[in-house]
Amino acid sequence: MTLVYVEHQDGRPDDASLQAIALVREITGGAPLHALLAGPGAEDAAAGLGAHGVATAHIAEHEALASHAPVALARCIGELIERLSPAAVAAAGSERGNEVLAHAAALGDLPLAANCVAAEAGDPLTVTRIRWGGSLLEDARLHGPVKLLTVAPHTVEAAEVGAGPATLERFTPSLADADLVVRVVETVEQSSEGGVNLADARFVVSCGRGAGSPEGFAPAEELAALLGGAVGCSRAVTIAGWRSHTDQVGQTGTKIAPEVYLACGISGATQHMAGCKGAKRIIAVNVDPEAPIIANADYAVIGDLHEVIPAITAELRKAGAG
Amino acid sequence: MNILVCAKRVPMTGGTIVLTEDEQSIQTRHLGFTISPHEECGVEEAVRLIEANGGESVVLALGPSEAEEQLRDAMALGVDRAILLETADEVDGQATAAAIVAAIEAERAAGVEFDLIFFGNESADSGNYQVGIRVAHALGRPCVTGVKGITVQDGRARCEQETASGRDVYDVPLPAVITVKEGLNLPRYPSVPGRLRAKRKPLAASAPERRDAGVEKLRLRLPPGQGKQAEILGHGPEAAPAVVEVLRRAGLVT
Ligand SMILES: Cc1cc2nc3c(=O)[nH]c(=O)nc-3n(C[C@H](O)[C@H](O)[C@H](O)COP(=O)(O)OP(=O)(O)OC[C@H]3O[C@@H](n4cnc5c(N)ncnc54)[C@H](O)[C@@H]3O)c2cc1C
Repeated sequence: MTLVYVEHQDGRPDDASLQAIALVREITGGAPLHALLAGPGAEDAAAGLGAHGVATAHIAEHEALASHAPVALARCIGELIERLSPAAVAAAGSERGNEVLAHAAALGDLPLAANCVAAEAGDPLTVTRIRWGGSLLEDARLHGPVKLLTVAPHTVEAAEVGAGPATLERFTPSLADADLVVRVVETVEQSSEGGVNLADARFVVSCGRGAGSPEGFAPAEELAALLGGAVGCSRAVTIAGWRSHTDQVGQTGTKIAPEVYLACGISGATQHMAGCKGAKRIIAVNVDPEAPIIANADYAVIGDLHEVIPAITAELRKAGAG
Repeated sequence: MNILVCAKRVPMTGGTIVLTEDEQSIQTRHLGFTISPHEECGVEEAVRLIEANGGESVVLALGPSEAEEQLRDAMALGVDRAILLETADEVDGQATAAAIVAAIEAERAAGVEFDLIFFGNESADSGNYQVGIRVAHALGRPCVTGVKGITVQDGRARCEQETASGRDVYDVPLPAVITVKEGLNLPRYPSVPGRLRAKRKPLAASAPERRDAGVEKLRLRLPPGQGKQAEILGHGPEAAPAVVEVLRRAGLVT
């Protein structure tokens, strides 16, 4: 059998976890698929997993699991590994999926392949995983008595297979105090100040070094406001101190997935592009027709962003937008 | 207070990645190198904490002998000394963690205990998401990951993680391992005197024991769909109507 750690929210499994299930189904060769869920809403979230091919959903019940506790969750995985001897254990390649599986890997001294996009059954397991935030692929052999892997989000499609509901099995993991030292003790809700969240925005306009100064972002702010979008930037901008890091798009910043990404005065380094792969359409504005971003964008305007952005805003106003 | 920061030397790949003929690595002949932004923030945080609390900061890199460049860079920012674990080839997450644990145990044997050990949340190149966590378990210390805010007080570290809706807070006793992300702070630029001092700061190099890879790299390859050529909408402000047309087709303008 194979085990998938399923993250969930508001009583529904996360898409990234369903995608992990879809990839793992490819390598189980018909062996039963089990899931592990913990925390508030776990039973509700487990209800729909049967449709994705999960035969049994294990619900870890422990008051300490009410808030995120990665070591405790890894202990739950460890218990199920002992009890069920799975061939593989997988999770979403989300922040927490990667974290929990790394703890499980450390506890069991097992190899872990993070952020896989494909896997081929066998022992060792052959996997393809991403590097450089998705700019590079690695084919690798995953060894170990239990194969631990996470699945990079948005690289595999979740799919229902029309099976019946999963059997629920509740268990109480045995947790020591030491397993609960790392645990969320407080959650601070941040108001987005009426602004649009960069990660969720349907329109993002970013400026890079080409903006020239913090003030150089004013036209981008105006355009974003007009379309209900968000303003982003490149790392050249954040390390210059022109914008906060929360605005940075890229491998070490925010990953965005808008309908349109307007990237102005940005050269198109692989680490920047790693953050905007999810964009449906990329329009580059650059003075340099040879800039690498031109070879990675759908559309380009060759010109100075200080002239082009205000012209777009004016054109939209003329068309009656905003 | 003593702090260890682990940092990795990685190439600055620019606009396109080119692979070596054997498909085992990135062609770096014409590239510069750096440490990842996550780890730069780790270095900065260590230097700030030592400036405020006193003690010693140490930077560690596992990699080729050329990683001395990145270790000197970190020392130019104020780190006191460096440890280089020399490996010619890339090693996997388990082997990296084992080598770092051995180095930390050697420090302990020499009387140095680290109150905090910083890692990047994930390395920029291989992105294994596990080395800091493995080291923490081997040492029996707590590990908080993806941290963007640290307050050290009364022998504890309050760590903040950014989430979609705000921040999650952890509060762990020292000694602890913390994996950090860019945005934790804004790293300083090295000064000229800092660079000069860094040249004379101690650097201890050794070669870690080899072990078989649990994740065995076969080859690297570029993802499909590289190098599409953008449709040129126009030059300068005259292109604005064509841009608006794209926005309209995307359903952003009615
Ligand atoms: C491990 C690692 C992680 C990284 N993570 C990130 C990340 O998350 N996000 C990120 O963005 N970068 C990241 N980087 C940095 C990245 O490699 C680039 O250095 C950075 O993206 C460059 O920013 P830029 O395009 O604004 O600046 P530049 O590369 O300097 O490009 C500026 C561009 O603006 C154009 N231009 C100049 N003036 C104008 C004008 N007036 N109008 C129009 N065009 C103009 C130029 O032709 C040029 O193409 C990372 C690097 C490393 C090594």
